[in-house]
Amino acid sequence: MSGHKINPNKWIDLYSDYLFNYTITRVKDRETAQDLVQETFFAGLKSMKNFKGEASERTWLISILKRKIIDHYRKINSKKGKAEVRMNLNFEGENEGDWIEQRVADPFDKTAENNLENTELGLAIHNCISKLPAKQAEVFKMKTLLGYDTETICNELDITASNLWVIIHRARTSLAACMEKNWF
Amino acid sequence: MSNDFKLFVSCDKAAHTCDKTQYNDAFLWEKIKLNIHLLYCKACRKYSSNNGKLTKLMHKPEVDCLKKGEKKQLQTALQKELEKHQ
Repeated sequence: MSGHKINPNKWIDLYSDYLFNYTITRVKDRETAQDLVQETFFAGLKSMKNFKGEASERTWLISILKRKIIDHYRKINSKKGKAEVRMNLNFEGENEGDWIEQRVADPFDKTAENNLENTELGLAIHNCISKLPAKQAEVFKMKTLLGYDTETICNELDITASNLWVIIHRARTSLAACMEKNWF
Repeated sequence: MSNDFKLFVSCDKAAHTCDKTQYNDAFLWEKIKLNIHLLYCKACRKYSSNNGKLTKLMHKPEVDCLKKGEKKQLQTALQKELEKHQ
């Protein structure tokens, strides 16, 4: 192995949420996203020797993941035998949309900018979360993203309620600062 | 418990209530006290508005993470693959 240290045992803790979020905004299905993340980790293991350490580990994994997502779309399209085409119903002028259903805004017609912003948001947040101390990040994720109630978290992590609120408060303060710098 | 009947609360208390309201965990009386505090405390107003913004961002569907079980599944799968490689 080359001199660059890679520790696959830590991958799940460090990168799985980031990679998962990256995937879920692109494939919209939890199970597929999870499979893709898993495949990415496997592929990463296989080509660990080729990792030159030019980029950060996360960037390297993301670049693998991108290929996996593209392959995924290729596969499902070849199964159907054709590429998916989305048509805008209102394209033939005023008279075309006589039916009121056809006049409703097309949900696929969201502006690209809007989508782009939301895609980046998830990554920005996970970026900020990954800068928190491990304990804070864990509690904050459980409470905010997974929506567990206070009692469940307290039992699972063996802390008191006031303890939890202090952790949450610290996490929120540093997250807000981080997001203010990078997002607002 | 005499503390509970004070109308003016400290910044610490206010921040705590503010955190709780983000998860709908605060009681009405606590929320009233928080709002009274916000009337005259600029620092807490700033904290509160930032906190609200953060919550709003977190609730967008684009922000997601793996559940505990899913993570464990990934971990065991990766472990197995690791053993193959060694």
